[in-house]
Amino acid sequence: MSLRTAHTQKELTLLLASIPIGLLALIGFIFWGFPPVYSFFWDTACGTIDTWLVCSGFLQRGFTSGILIGITAPIVGAYLVNRQMALIGEALAHTAFGGVAIGLFVGAAIPSLNYPLGFALIAAAVGALGMQYIAVTTDGYADIPIAIMLTGGFAVGIAVISYGVVFSATVESYLFGDILFVPFENVQLMVGLTLIVAATVALTHKQLLFITFDREAARLARINVWFYDTLLIVLTALVVVAAMQILGAILVAGMLVIPVAAAMQLTNSFNRGMLLSVLLGQVAIIGGILLSYYWNIATGAMIILVAIATYLIAVAVSR
Amino acid sequence: MSDILTVNNVNFSYDDQPVLKDISLSVREGDFLGMIGPNGSGKTTLLKIMLGLQTPDSGTVELFGEPARSFEDGARLGYVSQQSTESDATMPVTVREVVAMGRYAHAGLRRLSERDRDIIDRSLTKVGIADLKNRRISRLSGGQRQRAYIARALASEADLLALDEPTVGVDANSVEKFYQLLDELNTDGITIILIEHDIGLLTEHATSIACLDGELYAHAETSKFLKTDALERAFSSARVLSANAPAGGN
Repeated sequence: MSLRTAHTQKELTLLLASIPIGLLALIGFIFWGFPPVYSFFWDTACGTIDTWLVCSGFLQRGFTSGILIGITAPIVGAYLVNRQMALIGEALAHTAFGGVAIGLFVGAAIPSLNYPLGFALIAAAVGALGMQYIAVTTDGYADIPIAIMLTGGFAVGIAVISYGVVFSATVESYLFGDILFVPFENVQLMVGLTLIVAATVALTHKQLLFITFDREAARLARINVWFYDTLLIVLTALVVVAAMQILGAILVAGMLVIPVAAAMQLTNSFNRGMLLSVLLGQVAIIGGILLSYYWNIATGAMIILVAIATYLIAVAVSR
Repeated sequence: MSDILTVNNVNFSYDDQPVLKDISLSVREGDFLGMIGPNGSGKTTLLKIMLGLQTPDSGTVELFGEPARSFEDGARLGYVSQQSTESDATMPVTVREVVAMGRYAHAGLRRLSERDRDIIDRSLTKVGIADLKNRRISRLSGGQRQRAYIARALASEADLLALDEPTVGVDANSVEKFYQLLDELNTDGITIILIEHDIGLLTEHATSIACLDGELYAHAETSKFLKTDALERAFSSARVLSANAPAGGN
Protein backbone atom coordinates (compact mmCIF):
# COMPACT_ATOMS: atom_id res chain seq x y z
CA MET A 1 0.00 0.00 0.00
CA SER A 2 2.69 2.51 1.00
CA LEU A 3 4.61 1.24 -2.00
CA ARG A 4 1.72 2.13 -4.27
CA THR A 5 1.41 5.65 -2.84
CA ALA A 6 5.14 6.19 -3.22
CA HIS A 7 4.78 5.02 -6.79
CA THR A 8 2.03 7.59 -7.51
CA GLN A 9 3.99 10.31 -5.78
CA LYS A 10 7.01 9.61 -7.93
CA GLU A 11 4.75 9.76 -10.95
CA LEU A 12 3.37 13.10 -9.80
CA THR A 13 6.81 14.59 -9.16
CA LEU A 14 7.93 13.51 -12.60
CA LEU A 15 4.82 15.11 -14.04
CA LEU A 16 5.38 18.38 -12.22
CA ALA A 17 8.99 18.45 -13.36
CA SER A 18 7.95 17.81 -16.94
CA ILE A 19 5.46 20.72 -17.03
CA PRO A 20 8.03 23.56 -17.46
CA ILE A 21 9.98 21.47 -19.98
CA GLY A 22 6.78 20.71 -21.85
CA LEU A 23 5.82 24.39 -21.86
CA LEU A 24 9.22 25.40 -23.21
CA ALA A 25 8.97 22.78 -25.93
CA LEU A 26 5.46 24.01 -26.69
CA ILE A 27 6.53 27.65 -27.01
CA GLY A 28 9.50 26.62 -29.12
CA PHE A 29 7.26 24.65 -31.43
CA ILE A 30 4.67 27.40 -31.79
CA PHE A 31 7.18 30.10 -32.71
CA TRP A 32 9.86 28.18 -34.62
CA GLY A 33 8.56 24.73 -35.44
CA PHE A 34 5.02 25.43 -36.55
CA PRO A 35 5.42 28.31 -39.08
CA PRO A 36 7.66 26.38 -41.52
CA VAL A 37 5.43 23.28 -41.28
CA TYR A 38 2.41 25.49 -41.90
CA SER A 39 3.84 27.18 -44.99
CA PHE A 40 5.26 23.92 -46.33
CA PHE A 41 1.87 22.23 -46.05
CA TRP A 42 -0.13 25.02 -47.68
CA ASP A 43 2.49 25.70 -50.38
CA THR A 44 2.36 22.04 -51.33
CA ALA A 45 -1.43 22.01 -51.22
CA CYS A 46 -1.57 25.15 -53.35
CA GLY A 47 0.97 23.69 -55.78
CA THR A 48 -1.01 20.48 -56.15
CA ILE A 49 -4.58 21.76 -56.33
CA ASP A 50 -4.28 25.27 -57.64
CA THR A 51 -7.55 26.87 -56.59
CA TRP A 52 -8.29 29.98 -54.61
CA LEU A 53 -9.71 27.81 -51.82
CA VAL A 54 -6.29 26.54 -50.77
CA CYS A 55 -4.08 29.35 -52.04
CA SER A 56 -5.69 32.32 -50.28
CA GLY A 57 -3.88 33.21 -47.07
CA PHE A 58 -7.20 34.05 -45.38
CA LEU A 59 -8.62 30.64 -46.09
CA GLN A 60 -5.40 28.85 -45.17
CA ARG A 61 -5.56 30.42 -41.73
CA GLY A 62 -9.31 29.82 -41.48
CA PHE A 63 -9.05 26.15 -42.43
CA THR A 64 -6.14 25.53 -40.07
CA SER A 65 -7.88 27.05 -37.07
CA GLY A 66 -11.15 25.37 -38.01
CA ILE A 67 -9.55 21.94 -38.15
CA LEU A 68 -7.89 22.50 -34.77
CA ILE A 69 -11.26 23.46 -33.25
CA GLY A 70 -12.83 20.40 -34.85
CA ILE A 71 -10.36 18.30 -32.87
CA THR A 72 -10.45 19.92 -29.44
CA ALA A 73 -14.08 20.96 -29.08
CA PRO A 74 -15.65 17.48 -29.48
CA ILE A 75 -12.98 15.90 -27.24
CA VAL A 76 -13.76 18.18 -24.33
CA GLY A 77 -17.45 18.15 -25.27
CA ALA A 78 -17.63 14.35 -24.87
CA TYR A 79 -17.14 14.67 -21.11
CA LEU A 80 -19.34 17.77 -20.78
CA VAL A 81 -22.30 16.34 -22.69
CA ASN A 82 -22.31 13.14 -20.67
CA ARG A 83 -22.32 15.12 -17.45
CA GLN A 84 -25.23 17.29 -18.52
CA MET A 85 -22.84 20.26 -18.53
CA ALA A 86 -23.28 21.20 -22.20
CA LEU A 87 -24.29 24.79 -21.52
CA ILE A 88 -21.20 25.53 -19.47
CA GLY A 89 -19.36 26.10 -22.74
CA GLU A 90 -21.94 28.67 -23.75
CA ALA A 91 -21.63 30.48 -20.41
CA LEU A 92 -17.84 30.54 -20.65
CA ALA A 93 -18.02 31.82 -24.24
CA HIS A 94 -20.13 34.76 -23.11
CA THR A 95 -17.70 35.44 -20.28
CA ALA A 96 -14.86 35.31 -22.81
CA PHE A 97 -16.77 37.82 -24.91
CA GLY A 98 -16.77 40.16 -21.91
CA GLY A 99 -13.00 39.67 -21.84
CA VAL A 100 -12.70 40.49 -25.55
CA ALA A 101 -14.61 43.74 -25.03
CA ILE A 102 -12.32 44.74 -22.19
CA GLY A 103 -9.34 43.73 -24.35
CA LEU A 104 -10.51 45.87 -27.27
CA PHE A 105 -11.08 48.79 -24.92
CA VAL A 106 -7.66 48.49 -23.30
CA GLY A 107 -6.04 47.88 -26.69
CA ALA A 108 -7.53 51.08 -28.08
CA ALA A 109 -5.94 53.04 -25.24
CA ILE A 110 -2.65 51.13 -24.98
CA PRO A 111 -1.68 49.73 -28.40
CA SER A 112 0.98 47.41 -26.96
CA LEU A 113 -1.79 45.53 -25.09
CA ASN A 114 -3.94 45.15 -28.19
CA TYR A 115 -4.49 41.42 -27.85
CA PRO A 116 -8.19 40.81 -27.12
CA LEU A 117 -7.95 37.00 -27.18
CA GLY A 118 -5.46 37.14 -24.32
CA PHE A 119 -8.06 39.04 -22.31
CA ALA A 120 -10.69 36.53 -23.38
CA LEU A 121 -8.49 33.72 -22.10
CA ILE A 122 -8.10 35.40 -18.72
CA ALA A 123 -11.83 36.18 -18.44
CA ALA A 124 -12.83 32.65 -19.40
CA ALA A 125 -10.35 31.11 -16.95
CA VAL A 126 -11.58 33.34 -14.14
CA GLY A 127 -15.16 32.52 -15.14
CA ALA A 128 -14.37 28.81 -15.16
CA LEU A 129 -12.84 28.89 -11.68
CA GLY A 130 -15.75 31.02 -10.43
CA MET A 131 -18.20 28.52 -11.81
CA GLN A 132 -16.29 25.70 -10.14
CA TYR A 133 -16.37 27.58 -6.84
CA ILE A 134 -20.12 28.08 -7.11
CA ALA A 135 -20.60 24.42 -8.03
CA VAL A 136 -18.69 23.30 -4.93
CA THR A 137 -20.38 25.69 -2.50
CA THR A 138 -23.90 25.23 -3.89
CA ASP A 139 -25.31 22.14 -5.48
CA GLY A 140 -23.40 21.20 -8.62
CA TYR A 141 -23.57 22.83 -12.02
CA ALA A 142 -27.16 23.98 -11.73
CA ASP A 143 -28.69 26.15 -14.43
CA ILE A 144 -28.94 29.19 -12.17
CA PRO A 145 -25.16 29.88 -11.93
CA ILE A 146 -24.89 29.11 -15.65
CA ALA A 147 -27.61 31.62 -16.48
CA ILE A 148 -26.01 34.25 -14.25
CA MET A 149 -22.58 33.69 -15.79
CA LEU A 150 -23.92 33.69 -19.33
CA THR A 151 -25.87 36.93 -19.06
CA GLY A 152 -23.33 38.53 -16.70
CA GLY A 153 -20.40 38.01 -19.07
CA PHE A 154 -22.40 39.35 -21.95
CA ALA A 155 -23.61 42.34 -19.93
CA VAL A 156 -20.01 43.27 -19.09
CA GLY A 157 -19.12 43.02 -22.76
CA ILE A 158 -21.96 45.22 -23.92
CA ALA A 159 -21.36 47.73 -21.13
CA VAL A 160 -17.70 48.14 -22.05
CA ILE A 161 -18.45 48.38 -25.77
CA SER A 162 -21.17 50.98 -25.26
CA TYR A 163 -18.76 53.05 -23.20
CA GLY A 164 -15.64 52.85 -25.31
CA VAL A 165 -14.73 53.57 -28.90
CA VAL A 166 -14.62 50.22 -30.63
CA PHE A 167 -15.29 49.37 -34.26
CA SER A 168 -18.53 47.46 -34.44
CA ALA A 169 -17.07 45.22 -37.17
CA THR A 170 -14.42 44.00 -34.73
CA VAL A 171 -17.02 43.34 -32.06
CA GLU A 172 -19.19 41.49 -34.52
CA SER A 173 -16.33 39.24 -35.58
CA TYR A 174 -16.02 37.96 -32.00
CA LEU A 175 -19.76 37.75 -31.53
CA PHE A 176 -20.59 35.84 -34.71
CA GLY A 177 -17.13 34.65 -35.72
CA ASP A 178 -15.28 35.61 -38.88
CA ILE A 179 -13.07 33.21 -40.70
CA LEU A 180 -11.47 35.99 -42.77
CA PHE A 181 -10.38 37.69 -39.63
CA VAL A 182 -7.91 35.21 -38.15
CA PRO A 183 -4.41 36.70 -37.97
CA PHE A 184 -1.45 34.30 -38.00
CA GLU A 185 -0.63 34.90 -34.33
CA ASN A 186 -4.11 33.65 -33.46
CA VAL A 187 -3.47 30.49 -35.46
CA GLN A 188 -0.32 30.08 -33.39
CA LEU A 189 -2.29 30.61 -30.18
CA MET A 190 -4.75 27.98 -31.33
CA VAL A 191 -1.97 25.48 -32.05
CA GLY A 192 -0.73 26.04 -28.51
CA LEU A 193 -4.18 25.61 -26.96
CA THR A 194 -4.86 22.49 -29.03
CA LEU A 195 -1.60 20.88 -27.95
CA ILE A 196 -2.27 21.71 -24.30
CA VAL A 197 -5.79 20.30 -24.45
CA ALA A 198 -4.71 17.17 -26.35
CA ALA A 199 -1.79 16.44 -24.02
CA THR A 200 -3.87 16.97 -20.88
CA VAL A 201 -6.69 14.75 -22.11
CA ALA A 202 -4.27 12.06 -23.25
CA LEU A 203 -2.82 12.02 -19.76
CA THR A 204 -6.03 12.24 -17.72
CA HIS A 205 -8.65 10.59 -19.93
CA LYS A 206 -9.15 7.71 -17.48
CA GLN A 207 -9.85 10.00 -14.55
CA LEU A 208 -12.10 12.32 -16.57
CA LEU A 209 -14.08 9.34 -17.87
CA PHE A 210 -14.45 7.86 -14.39
CA ILE A 211 -15.82 11.05 -12.82
CA THR A 212 -18.10 11.51 -15.84
CA PHE A 213 -19.58 8.05 -15.51
CA ASP A 214 -19.73 7.43 -11.77
CA ARG A 215 -18.62 10.16 -9.36
CA GLU A 216 -19.32 8.13 -6.23
CA ALA A 217 -17.22 5.18 -7.39
CA ALA A 218 -14.49 7.56 -8.53
CA ARG A 219 -14.43 9.14 -5.05
CA LEU A 220 -14.26 5.67 -3.56
CA ALA A 221 -11.29 4.84 -5.80
CA ARG A 222 -9.79 7.95 -4.19
CA ILE A 223 -9.63 9.92 -7.41
CA ASN A 224 -9.46 13.63 -6.63
CA VAL A 225 -12.84 14.53 -8.10
CA TRP A 226 -12.52 18.22 -7.25
CA PHE A 227 -9.20 18.51 -9.09
CA TYR A 228 -10.44 16.82 -12.26
CA ASP A 229 -13.66 18.86 -12.23
CA THR A 230 -11.56 22.01 -12.18
CA LEU A 231 -9.27 20.67 -14.88
CA LEU A 232 -12.18 19.89 -17.18
CA ILE A 233 -13.77 23.29 -16.79
CA VAL A 234 -10.46 25.08 -17.40
CA LEU A 235 -9.91 22.99 -20.54
CA THR A 236 -13.39 24.01 -21.65
CA ALA A 237 -12.45 27.66 -21.20
CA LEU A 238 -9.35 27.18 -23.41
CA VAL A 239 -11.34 25.48 -26.15
CA VAL A 240 -14.04 28.10 -26.08
CA VAL A 241 -11.56 30.95 -26.50
CA ALA A 242 -9.86 29.12 -29.36
CA ALA A 243 -13.17 28.47 -31.11
CA MET A 244 -14.59 31.93 -30.61
CA GLN A 245 -12.91 33.56 -33.61
CA ILE A 246 -14.37 31.11 -36.09
CA LEU A 247 -17.73 30.38 -34.55
CA GLY A 248 -18.33 33.47 -32.45
CA ALA A 249 -19.30 33.62 -28.78
CA ILE A 250 -22.90 32.76 -29.53
CA LEU A 251 -22.33 29.58 -31.55
CA VAL A 252 -19.32 28.08 -29.74
CA ALA A 253 -21.33 25.65 -27.61
CA GLY A 254 -22.65 23.99 -30.76
CA MET A 255 -19.25 22.60 -31.62
CA LEU A 256 -18.84 21.21 -28.09
CA VAL A 257 -22.20 19.49 -28.16
CA ILE A 258 -23.50 18.57 -31.62
CA PRO A 259 -20.71 16.29 -32.97
CA VAL A 260 -20.71 14.46 -29.64
CA ALA A 261 -24.49 14.07 -29.70
CA ALA A 262 -24.27 12.68 -33.25
CA ALA A 263 -21.47 10.25 -32.36
CA MET A 264 -23.37 9.02 -29.29
CA GLN A 265 -26.15 7.84 -31.61
CA LEU A 266 -23.77 5.71 -33.61
CA THR A 267 -21.66 3.80 -31.09
CA ASN A 268 -21.87 1.99 -27.77
CA SER A 269 -18.33 2.76 -26.72
CA PHE A 270 -17.21 6.01 -25.12
CA ASN A 271 -13.70 5.85 -26.55
CA ARG A 272 -14.87 5.10 -30.07
CA GLY A 273 -17.57 7.75 -29.66
CA MET A 274 -14.89 10.29 -28.86
CA LEU A 275 -12.92 9.49 -32.03
CA LEU A 276 -16.08 9.51 -34.09
CA SER A 277 -17.12 12.89 -32.71
CA VAL A 278 -13.77 14.35 -33.79
CA LEU A 279 -14.37 12.92 -37.26
CA LEU A 280 -17.88 14.40 -37.40
CA GLY A 281 -16.45 17.68 -36.08
CA GLN A 282 -14.09 17.74 -39.07
CA VAL A 283 -16.98 17.05 -41.44
CA ALA A 284 -18.88 19.99 -39.95
CA ILE A 285 -15.89 22.35 -40.08
CA ILE A 286 -14.70 21.55 -43.60
CA GLY A 287 -18.20 21.14 -45.00
CA GLY A 288 -19.31 24.33 -43.28
CA ILE A 289 -16.41 26.41 -44.60
CA LEU A 290 -16.83 25.13 -48.17
CA LEU A 291 -20.59 25.59 -48.25
CA SER A 292 -20.34 29.04 -46.71
CA TYR A 293 -18.11 29.96 -49.66
CA TYR A 294 -20.26 28.49 -52.37
CA TRP A 295 -23.49 29.89 -50.93
CA ASN A 296 -22.03 33.06 -49.47
CA ILE A 297 -23.36 32.44 -45.96
CA ALA A 298 -21.70 33.30 -42.62
CA THR A 299 -19.15 30.55 -41.87
CA GLY A 300 -19.88 30.03 -38.16
CA ALA A 301 -23.57 29.59 -38.87
CA MET A 302 -22.90 27.20 -41.76
CA ILE A 303 -20.57 25.04 -39.63
CA ILE A 304 -23.26 24.64 -36.99
CA LEU A 305 -25.92 23.89 -39.60
CA VAL A 306 -23.77 21.19 -41.20
CA ALA A 307 -23.12 19.75 -37.72
CA ILE A 308 -26.86 19.61 -37.06
CA ALA A 309 -27.37 17.91 -40.44
CA THR A 310 -24.86 15.20 -39.46
CA TYR A 311 -26.68 14.83 -36.14
CA LEU A 312 -30.05 14.35 -37.86
CA ILE A 313 -28.52 11.81 -40.24
CA ALA A 314 -26.98 9.98 -37.27
CA VAL A 315 -30.37 9.85 -35.55
CA ALA A 316 -32.04 8.56 -38.72
CA VAL A 317 -29.33 5.93 -39.30
CA SER A 318 -29.39 4.63 -35.73
CA ARG A 319 -33.17 4.08 -35.71
CA MET B 1 -8.37 -12.90 11.62
CA SER B 2 -7.82 -9.20 12.08
CA ASP B 3 -10.30 -6.36 11.97
CA ILE B 4 -10.18 -4.51 8.68
CA LEU B 5 -12.86 -2.01 9.59
CA THR B 6 -13.70 -0.56 12.99
CA VAL B 7 -16.38 1.98 13.76
CA ASN B 8 -16.13 3.65 17.18
CA ASN B 9 -18.94 5.70 18.75
CA VAL B 10 -20.00 7.28 15.47
CA ASN B 11 -22.66 9.98 15.52
CA PHE B 12 -24.08 11.67 12.46
CA SER B 13 -26.95 14.04 11.82
CA TYR B 14 -28.37 15.85 8.83
CA ASP B 15 -28.95 19.42 10.04
CA ASP B 16 -30.69 18.80 13.37
CA GLN B 17 -32.01 15.37 12.50
CA PRO B 18 -29.90 12.67 14.18
CA VAL B 19 -29.36 9.76 11.81
CA LEU B 20 -26.76 7.64 13.58
CA LYS B 21 -26.41 7.46 17.35
CA ASP B 22 -23.28 6.10 18.96
CA ILE B 23 -22.63 3.27 16.52
CA SER B 24 -19.70 0.94 17.22
CA LEU B 25 -18.97 -2.22 15.30
CA SER B 26 -16.12 -3.98 13.63
CA VAL B 27 -15.70 -6.10 10.54
CA ARG B 28 -13.09 -8.84 10.35
CA GLU B 29 -11.24 -9.99 7.30
CA GLY B 30 -13.36 -12.52 5.43
CA ASP B 31 -16.65 -11.48 7.07
CA PHE B 32 -19.91 -11.33 5.16
CA LEU B 33 -21.78 -8.67 7.12
CA GLY B 34 -25.41 -8.04 6.36
CA MET B 35 -26.99 -4.76 7.50
CA ILE B 36 -30.73 -4.48 7.87
CA GLY B 37 -33.06 -1.82 9.19
CA PRO B 38 -36.22 0.11 8.37
CA ASN B 39 -36.51 3.06 5.99
CA GLY B 40 -34.38 5.99 6.97
CA SER B 41 -32.50 3.98 9.57
CA GLY B 42 -29.18 5.38 8.37
CA LYS B 43 -27.85 2.22 6.71
CA THR B 44 -26.56 3.93 3.59
CA THR B 45 -25.11 6.81 5.59
CA LEU B 46 -23.29 4.36 7.85
CA LEU B 47 -21.94 2.50 4.83
CA LYS B 48 -20.64 5.74 3.30
CA ILE B 49 -19.03 6.73 6.59
CA MET B 50 -17.40 3.29 6.77
CA LEU B 51 -15.91 3.80 3.31
CA GLY B 52 -14.67 7.30 4.11
CA LEU B 53 -17.08 8.99 1.70
CA GLN B 54 -18.71 10.94 4.52
CA THR B 55 -17.32 12.33 7.75
CA PRO B 56 -19.10 11.52 11.01
CA ASP B 57 -19.95 14.38 13.40
CA SER B 58 -18.09 12.51 16.11
CA GLY B 59 -16.46 9.14 16.56
CA THR B 60 -13.78 7.43 14.49
CA VAL B 61 -13.67 4.99 11.63
CA GLU B 62 -10.61 2.95 10.76
CA LEU B 63 -10.24 1.25 7.40
CA PHE B 64 -7.39 -1.27 7.12
CA GLY B 65 -5.88 0.34 10.22
CA GLU B 66 -5.99 3.92 8.92
CA PRO B 67 -8.53 6.70 9.51
CA ALA B 68 -11.13 6.12 6.78
CA ARG B 69 -11.15 9.72 5.53
CA SER B 70 -7.41 9.73 4.87
CA PHE B 71 -7.30 6.16 3.57
CA GLU B 72 -5.63 6.47 0.17
CA ASP B 73 -5.64 3.07 -1.46
CA GLY B 74 -8.97 3.24 -3.27
CA ALA B 75 -8.16 0.12 -5.27
CA ARG B 76 -8.87 -2.00 -2.18
CA LEU B 77 -12.50 -0.85 -2.03
CA GLY B 78 -15.39 -1.84 -4.28
CA TYR B 79 -18.88 -0.36 -4.16
CA VAL B 80 -22.11 -1.39 -5.84
CA SER B 81 -24.95 1.01 -5.22
CA GLN B 82 -28.69 0.54 -5.27
CA GLN B 83 -29.79 2.74 -8.11
CA SER B 84 -27.92 2.75 -11.33
CA THR B 85 -26.29 6.11 -11.82
CA GLU B 86 -27.88 8.71 -14.05
CA SER B 87 -25.10 8.45 -16.61
CA ASP B 88 -25.34 4.73 -17.16
CA ALA B 89 -28.82 5.19 -18.58
CA THR B 90 -27.78 7.60 -21.31
CA MET B 91 -24.03 7.51 -21.72
CA PRO B 92 -22.51 5.43 -24.50
CA VAL B 93 -20.07 3.25 -22.59
CA THR B 94 -19.51 -0.46 -23.00
CA VAL B 95 -19.54 -3.05 -20.23
CA ARG B 96 -15.83 -3.60 -20.76
CA GLU B 97 -15.11 0.12 -20.48
CA VAL B 98 -16.98 0.20 -17.15
CA VAL B 99 -15.07 -2.81 -15.81
CA ALA B 100 -11.81 -1.22 -16.99
CA MET B 101 -12.48 1.65 -14.58
CA GLY B 102 -11.57 -0.79 -11.83
CA ARG B 103 -7.97 -0.61 -13.06
CA TYR B 104 -7.82 3.21 -13.04
CA ALA B 105 -6.80 3.51 -9.39
CA HIS B 106 -3.89 1.18 -10.17
CA ALA B 107 -2.89 2.84 -13.42
CA GLY B 108 -2.93 6.48 -12.29
CA LEU B 109 -1.72 8.53 -15.25
CA ARG B 110 -0.08 5.70 -17.17
CA ARG B 111 -1.77 3.68 -19.90
CA LEU B 112 -3.47 0.38 -19.14
CA SER B 113 -0.99 -2.46 -19.60
CA GLU B 114 -1.35 -5.94 -21.00
CA ARG B 115 -1.69 -7.19 -17.42
CA ASP B 116 -4.49 -4.68 -16.72
CA ARG B 117 -6.39 -5.88 -19.78
CA ASP B 118 -5.88 -9.46 -18.72
CA ILE B 119 -7.34 -8.76 -15.27
CA ILE B 120 -10.30 -6.94 -16.83
CA ASP B 121 -11.12 -9.92 -19.05
CA ARG B 122 -10.77 -12.38 -16.18
CA SER B 123 -13.11 -10.28 -14.02
CA LEU B 124 -15.71 -10.27 -16.80
CA THR B 125 -15.45 -14.05 -17.05
CA LYS B 126 -15.62 -14.51 -13.28
CA VAL B 127 -19.01 -12.80 -12.99
CA GLY B 128 -20.25 -14.50 -16.16
CA ILE B 129 -20.77 -11.56 -18.50
CA ALA B 130 -17.76 -11.96 -20.81
CA ASP B 131 -20.10 -12.40 -23.78
CA LEU B 132 -21.74 -9.04 -23.05
CA LYS B 133 -18.55 -7.00 -22.87
CA ASN B 134 -19.16 -4.92 -25.99
CA ARG B 135 -22.77 -4.08 -25.13
CA ARG B 136 -23.78 -0.64 -23.98
CA ILE B 137 -24.14 -0.81 -20.19
CA SER B 138 -27.64 0.70 -20.39
CA ARG B 139 -28.84 -2.22 -22.53
CA LEU B 140 -28.16 -4.80 -19.80
CA SER B 141 -30.79 -6.13 -17.44
CA GLY B 142 -30.65 -5.00 -13.79
CA GLY B 143 -28.97 -8.21 -12.67
CA GLN B 144 -26.38 -8.16 -15.45
CA ARG B 145 -25.57 -4.53 -14.74
CA GLN B 146 -24.92 -5.24 -11.05
CA ARG B 147 -22.62 -8.07 -12.12
CA ALA B 148 -20.72 -5.58 -14.25
CA TYR B 149 -20.21 -3.37 -11.19
CA ILE B 150 -19.00 -6.39 -9.22
CA ALA B 151 -16.58 -7.13 -12.06
CA ARG B 152 -15.32 -3.56 -11.77
CA ALA B 153 -14.59 -4.16 -8.08
CA LEU B 154 -12.85 -7.44 -8.96
CA ALA B 155 -10.77 -5.72 -11.63
CA SER B 156 -9.70 -3.27 -8.96
CA GLU B 157 -8.63 -6.30 -6.87
CA ALA B 158 -10.66 -4.92 -3.99
CA ASP B 159 -10.55 -6.87 -0.76
CA LEU B 160 -13.58 -5.09 0.66
CA LEU B 161 -16.79 -5.08 -1.33
CA ALA B 162 -19.69 -2.88 -0.17
CA LEU B 163 -23.14 -3.31 -1.68
CA ASP B 164 -26.19 -1.13 -1.02
CA GLU B 165 -29.36 -3.10 -1.78
CA PRO B 166 -27.84 -4.39 -5.02
CA THR B 167 -30.81 -6.48 -6.09
CA VAL B 168 -33.63 -3.93 -5.93
CA GLY B 169 -35.60 -4.33 -9.15
CA VAL B 170 -33.77 -7.50 -10.17
CA ASP B 171 -35.88 -10.59 -10.99
CA ALA B 172 -36.00 -13.42 -8.42
CA ASN B 173 -34.05 -15.94 -10.48
CA SER B 174 -31.16 -13.50 -11.05
CA VAL B 175 -31.17 -12.52 -7.36
CA GLU B 176 -30.47 -16.12 -6.36
CA LYS B 177 -27.58 -16.36 -8.84
CA PHE B 178 -26.27 -12.98 -7.73
CA TYR B 179 -26.06 -14.17 -4.13
CA GLN B 180 -24.33 -17.36 -5.22
CA LEU B 181 -21.70 -15.15 -6.83
CA LEU B 182 -21.32 -13.17 -3.59
CA ASP B 183 -20.86 -16.39 -1.63
CA GLU B 184 -18.21 -17.48 -4.09
CA LEU B 185 -16.32 -14.19 -3.77
CA ASN B 186 -16.57 -14.39 0.01
CA THR B 187 -15.10 -17.89 -0.10
CA ASP B 188 -12.28 -16.48 -2.24
CA GLY B 189 -11.46 -14.21 0.70
CA ILE B 190 -13.23 -10.95 -0.18
CA THR B 191 -14.84 -9.24 2.79
CA ILE B 192 -18.42 -8.21 2.04
CA ILE B 193 -20.64 -5.58 3.64
CA LEU B 194 -24.16 -5.72 2.31
CA ILE B 195 -27.30 -3.69 2.91
CA GLU B 196 -30.32 -5.87 2.21
CA HIS B 197 -33.98 -5.62 3.19
CA ASP B 198 -34.73 -9.31 2.69
CA ILE B 199 -33.97 -11.00 6.02
CA GLY B 200 -34.37 -14.41 4.36
CA LEU B 201 -31.51 -13.73 1.96
CA LEU B 202 -29.37 -12.33 4.78
CA THR B 203 -29.77 -15.33 7.06
CA GLU B 204 -28.99 -17.63 4.17
CA HIS B 205 -25.82 -15.88 3.01
CA ALA B 206 -24.37 -13.48 5.62
CA THR B 207 -22.04 -14.72 8.33
CA SER B 208 -23.06 -11.91 10.67
CA ILE B 209 -25.93 -9.46 10.76
CA ALA B 210 -26.20 -5.92 12.09
CA CYS B 211 -29.61 -4.46 12.69
CA LEU B 212 -29.95 -0.74 13.07
CA ASP B 213 -32.46 2.05 13.26
CA GLY B 214 -30.49 5.14 14.13
CA GLU B 215 -28.82 3.12 16.85
CA LEU B 216 -27.35 -0.35 16.56
CA TYR B 217 -29.82 -2.89 17.95
CA ALA B 218 -27.62 -5.91 17.49
CA HIS B 219 -24.54 -7.11 15.70
CA ALA B 220 -23.87 -10.81 15.97
CA GLU B 221 -23.18 -13.96 14.06
CA THR B 222 -26.19 -14.92 12.01
CA SER B 223 -27.28 -17.86 14.18
CA LYS B 224 -26.99 -15.84 17.39
CA PHE B 225 -28.63 -12.83 15.79
CA LEU B 226 -31.76 -14.82 15.01
CA LYS B 227 -32.19 -15.65 18.70
CA THR B 228 -32.36 -11.95 19.65
CA ASP B 229 -35.40 -9.75 19.31
CA ALA B 230 -33.37 -6.97 17.61
CA LEU B 231 -35.31 -7.14 14.38
CA GLU B 232 -38.65 -6.72 16.09
CA ARG B 233 -37.38 -3.91 18.26
CA ALA B 234 -35.86 -2.02 15.33
CA PHE B 235 -38.89 -2.32 13.15
CA SER B 236 -41.43 -1.68 15.89
CA SER B 237 -39.66 1.49 16.95
CA ALA B 238 -39.83 2.54 13.31
CA ARG B 239 -43.52 1.79 13.24
CA VAL B 240 -44.07 4.08 16.19
CA LEU B 241 -42.34 6.89 14.33
CA SER B 242 -44.01 6.42 10.96
CA ALA B 243 -47.30 4.59 10.78
CA ASN B 244 -46.47 2.04 8.09
CA ALA B 245 -42.86 2.04 7.14
CA PRO B 246 -42.04 -1.11 5.19
CA ALA B 247 -38.68 -2.74 5.56
CA GLY B 248 -35.91 -1.72 3.22
CA GLY B 249 -35.30 1.32 1.09
CA ASN B 250 -33.55 4.29 2.51
